[in-house]
Amino acid sequence: MTDQLKIENLHVSINEKPILKGVNLTIRRGETHALMGPNGSGKSTLGFAIMGHPAYEITEGDIFLNGESLLEKEADERARAGLFMAFQRPTSVPGVKMADFLRHSTTNVRNPDRQEGEDLIAMKEFRKELKEKMAQLQMDPEFARRYVNDGFSGGEMKRAEILQLAMLQPKFAILDETDSGLDADAVRLASQSIADIGGQEMGLLIITHHDKLLVHNPPDFAHVILDGKIVETGGAELAAELHTKGYERIRAEHPSEAATP
Amino acid sequence: MSIDTSSTEPANIQPVDPLTDGINKYDFRTETKAVFKARKGVDKEIIHQISDIKNEPDWMRQFRLKSLEIFESKPMPNWGGAINIDFDDIYYYLKPTNEQGRTWDEVPDEIKETFEKLGIPEAERKFLAGVKAQFESEVVYGSLQEDLAKKGVIFTDTDTAVREHSELLREYFGTIIPPEDNKFAALNSAVWSGGSFIYVPPGVEIEFPLQAYFRINEESMGQFERTLIICDEGSKIHYVEGCTAPMYTSESLHSAVVEVIVKKNARCRYSTIQNWANNIYNLVTKRAVAHEDAVMEWVDGNLGSQLTMKYPAVVMAEPGARGEILSIAFSSKGQHQDAGAKLIHAAPNTTGQIISKSISKDGGRSSYRGLAKVEKGAIGAKCNVVCDALILDPESRSDTYPYIEIGEQDVSIGHEASVSRIGEEQLFYLMSRGLSETEASTMIVNGFIEPLVKELPMEYAVELNRLIQLQMEGSVG
Repeated sequence: MTDQLKIENLHVSINEKPILKGVNLTIRRGETHALMGPNGSGKSTLGFAIMGHPAYEITEGDIFLNGESLLEKEADERARAGLFMAFQRPTSVPGVKMADFLRHSTTNVRNPDRQEGEDLIAMKEFRKELKEKMAQLQMDPEFARRYVNDGFSGGEMKRAEILQLAMLQPKFAILDETDSGLDADAVRLASQSIADIGGQEMGLLIITHHDKLLVHNPPDFAHVILDGKIVETGGAELAAELHTKGYERIRAEHPSEAATP
Repeated sequence: MSIDTSSTEPANIQPVDPLTDGINKYDFRTETKAVFKARKGVDKEIIHQISDIKNEPDWMRQFRLKSLEIFESKPMPNWGGAINIDFDDIYYYLKPTNEQGRTWDEVPDEIKETFEKLGIPEAERKFLAGVKAQFESEVVYGSLQEDLAKKGVIFTDTDTAVREHSELLREYFGTIIPPEDNKFAALNSAVWSGGSFIYVPPGVEIEFPLQAYFRINEESMGQFERTLIICDEGSKIHYVEGCTAPMYTSESLHSAVVEVIVKKNARCRYSTIQNWANNIYNLVTKRAVAHEDAVMEWVDGNLGSQLTMKYPAVVMAEPGARGEILSIAFSSKGQHQDAGAKLIHAAPNTTGQIISKSISKDGGRSSYRGLAKVEKGAIGAKCNVVCDALILDPESRSDTYPYIEIGEQDVSIGHEASVSRIGEEQLFYLMSRGLSETEASTMIVNGFIEPLVKELPMEYAVELNRLIQLQMEGSVG
């Protein structure tokens, strides 16, 4: 059976302010979904809620992975179950080396039942794999010895997120504006990389303002989110339309959602 | 009077009843062999007993007696943490008998497990558990001693040094930290036992860290140990003391004195990691004097104990001297770490740096208490202090008490302090990559102290990280 991530009538509040107001979305593994919408419409909120950020309160609805609800699961359990989110602005963790962090997380995700204190994956194999993946992403090997996101440039942060995606090989990945803040070359490299590391075998939810990231990862579905609801779903042509013409038609057709700031 | 404990039982030295005295579960004494202790409390009689048993020269006996008077006349410190010690209810001297060999089998399983968890090297485990003889490190120790001896290095316990290197020791003993310095230094001066004595001749560089646990004998780790290190001109050593395994003493007071002399162009690094049982008052005086262009570095890690008060100091006595102090304190439930550092710039163009990192969790309290002092005439002195505190939960506490005294115009002084809490965003980020909450917090804490840990010898760095992992387990969530 194909893995399936199903979001059902999802309502999410932050500090008691409703952000998502009934989102329905089903992603099967192997599909690429583009999630588009103006700033503040709730795109990132959907990502954080799926990933289990404690500040995002789910007031109604549910999220299922292969029929099992994720709501009671902590973020680490969701990661071990095969979910991943590449963050728009990943936080820095000074003093923790990328390689050490990645060895821990790779071990846990590959051995979801691992208990604290149990062995990590063997150093030698891990290093070899990390080195290969970094070469594929055209990253300097020195990068593995730097502290997690500490003093990274915007581009380095995004590439570090893609490196994690490559190592963890999740079933489902949410890419939150992985193209923002990158120049044209960097976007090309990033989008090519996502395809190269097997992105097409994952279920991808690509959150983006643009369609650049979608060139190498053409979406099977494009969704438009407006005021916390998915108001329209189409194919790659919808993504293209939004990129060239903006949200005017969508706003006109959904006046009540468009009116809410 | 000389007392030989292995033969007749002298007056005032009572055999310990193994049944009533074996209350402390961390006491490794076997039930079949008695250990001799001086009676509780400290007075002239006890001092004479200690001197007799150690067969010390008269000058040391007089030094002890004078120190006792100073101890009795000094008030308790009225700063730092709350000290509640009944000085009459403490054993000040314990002489292990010659037969007091313990075997590894006799060490309680609980302790073995802790060692196992910490991944402490076999040799060190046995040493810590008080297991004597018959293992590899003796061989290591033997060849090490031979190698050092060839270079003229003296590395022994301080008791032996009093007997065998009396003149050399006497020249420096108590000169850096005289008994008058503070009440606990006076107490140590009166009743001290054990500790390391190191002399490094001019120009001799020891490339590998000298570790206290190589020096295996039963007097090496007492409650009142006394360490003296003399680095002669142009020499270089790194001394490593203690370890990260929990240390247990039968008494609740540990009060050590460490004196270091770093002569012209010499370099000394002294690293300590200590993890005390939760009932211990750990009140330690550590001070070094750095001469012309000499470098003194303290790396000091403090975990456990009920209250630790420890402020390693460097007196930069001659031009060009450099002092550097790295301090880590980790306080958990019911613990107060009052740790810090002192830099005294007493000569021109001296350079000092303090980096302090403290972590508080489960209601623990960490205080940084530091002194940066520039004396008149110390023109061109540079002094930089950085102290960072990490607080893991709302119940825990961190305080900073920086004292700065400047007696000269043309100097440069910097002080930065920061307090941070483990952030929800950092935790979420690491957890979203599959790390459990405990693993994620442990990683954040280890990252916080990384700049200091990387200064430690490899095996100690690994142990410290593991120890923190152990401290963090089950502490969150």
